[in-house]
Amino acid sequence: MLNVHSIESLGTYDGPGIRLVIFLQGCNFKCLYCANPDTIAYEGGKSYAVEELVQMAQRQRPFFGKRGGVTVSGGEPLMQAKELIELFRRLKEEGINTCIDTNGSILTSASKTLLEHTDLVLLDIKHIDGSKHKKLTGVSNERTLAFADYLAGINQSTWIRYVLVPGYSDDPADLHALGRRLTGMNNIEKLEIQPYHKLGVHKYESLGWPYELSGVSANTPEQLNVAKKIFEGYVKEVVVN
Amino acid sequence: MFKSGNWQNAIDVRDFVLKNVRPYDGEGDFLCDATERTDHLWKICLDAISEERANNGVLAIDNETVSGVASHAAGYIDKDKEIIVGLQTDQLLKRAMKPYGGIAVVEKACQEHGLEVSDRVKDIFRNYAKTHNDGVFDVYTPEIRLFRSLGILTGLPDNYARGRIIGDYRRVALYGVNRLIENKKLDMLGLTGPMNDERIRLREEVAEQIKALGELNKLGEIYGLDLSRPAQNATEAVQWVYMAYLSAVKEQDGAAMSLGNVSSFLDIYIEQDIQMGVISESFAQELIDQFVMKLRMVRHLRMDAYNEIFAGDPTWVTEAIGGRLADGRHKVTKTSFRFLQTLYNLGPSPEPNMTVLWSPQLPEGFKKFCAQVSIDTSSIQYENDDLMQCTRNSDDYGIACCVSFQEIGKQIQFFGARTNLAKTLLLAINGGRCELSGKQVIPNIPELKSEVLDFDEVMGNFKLAMREVARVYNDSMNIIHYMHDKYYYEKVQMALVDTNPKVNLAYGAAGLSIVADSFSAIRHAKVKVVRDEAGISTDFVIDGEFPCYGNDDDRVDVFATEIPAYFNGLLKELPTYKNAEPTLSILTITSNVVYGHKTGATPDGRAKGVAFAPGGNPMHGRDKSGAVASLSSVSKIDYKDSLDGISNTFSIVPKTLGVDKEQRKENLVSIMDGYFSKDAHHLNVNVLNREMLEDAMEHPENYPQLTIRVSGYAVNFVRLTRAQQQDVIARSFFETI
Ligand code: SF4
Repeated sequence: MLNVHSIESLGTYDGPGIRLVIFLQGCNFKCLYCANPDTIAYEGGKSYAVEELVQMAQRQRPFFGKRGGVTVSGGEPLMQAKELIELFRRLKEEGINTCIDTNGSILTSASKTLLEHTDLVLLDIKHIDGSKHKKLTGVSNERTLAFADYLAGINQSTWIRYVLVPGYSDDPADLHALGRRLTGMNNIEKLEIQPYHKLGVHKYESLGWPYELSGVSANTPEQLNVAKKIFEGYVKEVVVN
Repeated sequence: MFKSGNWQNAIDVRDFVLKNVRPYDGEGDFLCDATERTDHLWKICLDAISEERANNGVLAIDNETVSGVASHAAGYIDKDKEIIVGLQTDQLLKRAMKPYGGIAVVEKACQEHGLEVSDRVKDIFRNYAKTHNDGVFDVYTPEIRLFRSLGILTGLPDNYARGRIIGDYRRVALYGVNRLIENKKLDMLGLTGPMNDERIRLREEVAEQIKALGELNKLGEIYGLDLSRPAQNATEAVQWVYMAYLSAVKEQDGAAMSLGNVSSFLDIYIEQDIQMGVISESFAQELIDQFVMKLRMVRHLRMDAYNEIFAGDPTWVTEAIGGRLADGRHKVTKTSFRFLQTLYNLGPSPEPNMTVLWSPQLPEGFKKFCAQVSIDTSSIQYENDDLMQCTRNSDDYGIACCVSFQEIGKQIQFFGARTNLAKTLLLAINGGRCELSGKQVIPNIPELKSEVLDFDEVMGNFKLAMREVARVYNDSMNIIHYMHDKYYYEKVQMALVDTNPKVNLAYGAAGLSIVADSFSAIRHAKVKVVRDEAGISTDFVIDGEFPCYGNDDDRVDVFATEIPAYFNGLLKELPTYKNAEPTLSILTITSNVVYGHKTGATPDGRAKGVAFAPGGNPMHGRDKSGAVASLSSVSKIDYKDSLDGISNTFSIVPKTLGVDKEQRKENLVSIMDGYFSKDAHHLNVNVLNREMLEDAMEHPENYPQLTIRVSGYAVNFVRLTRAQQQDVIARSFFETI
């Protein structure tokens, strides 16, 4: 059984084409800007049997087009890596494209097996600088970077996702450092810059959590452009989502 | 010249298209912008439209002349600049009287705009000529009147023309009027005795058709055109087809007056002229731009109340574009692109009602172009060509009104408006009494035994109620179409259709999502009725959760499929005028708002007066699993049980479709491929931001051409009433963060 926070049947931002996006409940990070803070707690959510989700994907399959499929996001989906293996194995059996959207902090043997059934990894790197990463997410980035190395080692198709938070993660020096770190990883097909937005703020209110980035405003087009230019020096395709 | 075939021996336009069509596999990069002449003419039209809007929606009315095929002198936008000519009256946007539907309606429409119908016309229609409306009300039963006044049957075509019939306007271009007259005369010779009712009626109809064709020749003469002979080049082909269509909208004011499927037919002439070097691409586009411009200027004289059911002054000049041939080739031509291109050259518009006959097998270039036009203009609707072709056995069809299949020149349709299934459910819960008036509508519906609704009991009563509604509905249809044939026969359109064609009787139902959700609530939760002193339901208290239609959940979607199937089965048992084949649509037009007003609280938790979801759509805000799940639910309604069509309106925020233009196009194509490969029937596509609509409500002057698709047609957003605008905005816009 998988603990699911919610399901979006028309996913157009989490991987290529049209995707069934399964948001799992529970996350081991606590990012200051998390747009879905209600997915962080381990409890809550709704149980779904693997077969139920497979059937859902099969029903939706005509909509996937040439490139679409299923994306598992979160929360942090690799917290349920063991259960996901069966889901992805079944989806691959059905010939459905699989994608996982992860913060890259959980590289267990279950994660490794899961990757064997994964077509694309969306790896969220929150920050290249260890201490700034800790400030943003509550944990260090060592494991995420090791995860990136592992993906490169097994030549796993990967898109890097990077949330550009003004004043927190948009220092050009950091962006260059991240770019350098990714250099030579030929498995990386694309880097997606995700603009910072406040659409999840009302969820903090209903959770009774403080929203610590209330002073931060959305990116200006120039800020996005600068970041894009920098990353383009390192990664073959850079898009702003 | 053209490749030969059976079309030369008989009236067989399909064969001509089959032999000569040039399917085009490429993209839209060949298309041209509007010419200076087109821009000049369109500017005049836009000015006239804004004057019309400023003048309470009507620019001018001819209150002297009864409209007919050749009733008016020639009218022009700017004669020297027009390469395609013809207006309904002698002045742009001047509306004409068509009193054969009913004189009272014409009088009212005139009075609402400060005019009186001329004494002569009043005298004729009050004292000498009988109208369709007179005929119907002479024979309506008390029962039908009651159903009508309580809003169980709504929008019946009993005081205006029924419309929906599509003449094969292509015939005039291909054969010329004289050949068509000869052919009808031959038919007449074959219509010999015994002279029973049917045979006499048919002979009279054909005689009327022959006279109408003579009138059509006269209409040509008024504009200096010799329609008696076939069109000889592209300009004439477009002009001849338009004259044929114009004759129809001069004679009739049906709610929906579709054009058919003329674009790929016209393409044959256009491509021939281009190949011979007689015309350029720019001229080809100009022909289509000017043709479409004329179609946009079609007007009918309506009274204000009409707007409740058919909002925004629609005319449903529906043109079916694309699709495939039975032999596997597709019918996408460069002129399919040229038609869509008018939405750029002249800007977005509800008319003509462009309907793309979609198949996942259509060329990628065309599919992407359609997606782009939808994203840019929200002016196209889509229908499932594979499904209709294989279910209805024809590859030469148009769309009657909003969404209904009609084989061109071979079949016609009797328009039947719709009945209110949600209200029918309330009859089942209230012992056959109307929940708003308390009137006994249906006898013999047992009172419910308990306050908590019991599924089997309610379903049993509902089936009884549906049977009664079907019976009364059928009676009303037979009366209406009998009388329409008698007093307001579509002479010129029927002259362009085979003699004695197959007829479909197009019934309709509204409120499906409410009924489906209600039964889901009754089955999966606990629903208690709140009743007033008279024992009539005023509200429902729901305890527990239940799945809602629109989330791809079979536990409720099953009701949305079984109920139309059951109701359709009931309709099929009943005898029909002219042996018409009963078909059912799940369609509301904009009447979903009015239906809501006329319906009390329902067991799904919908409050009294709240608007229904349009057509086959899930109720607003209840489809919580995203667009694909919502579309999947609607796709389950079986077309075989609703052969008149299942409308679905899909509104999405541009950003939700994807991050950039390319991806949005690709994703929209995937959505339609997916939806239609699941055997869904129809999709309206709106790609819009809610904020923009809100702004348009406040500043209509900034959005004169803002077009939005509603159930089965498109409207000028700023022409909707405020309530209708609010309804559109309240509906589900698929939006993800
Ligand atoms: S990793 Fe993702 S889900 Fe977890 S807290 Fe951070 S942003 Fe939220």
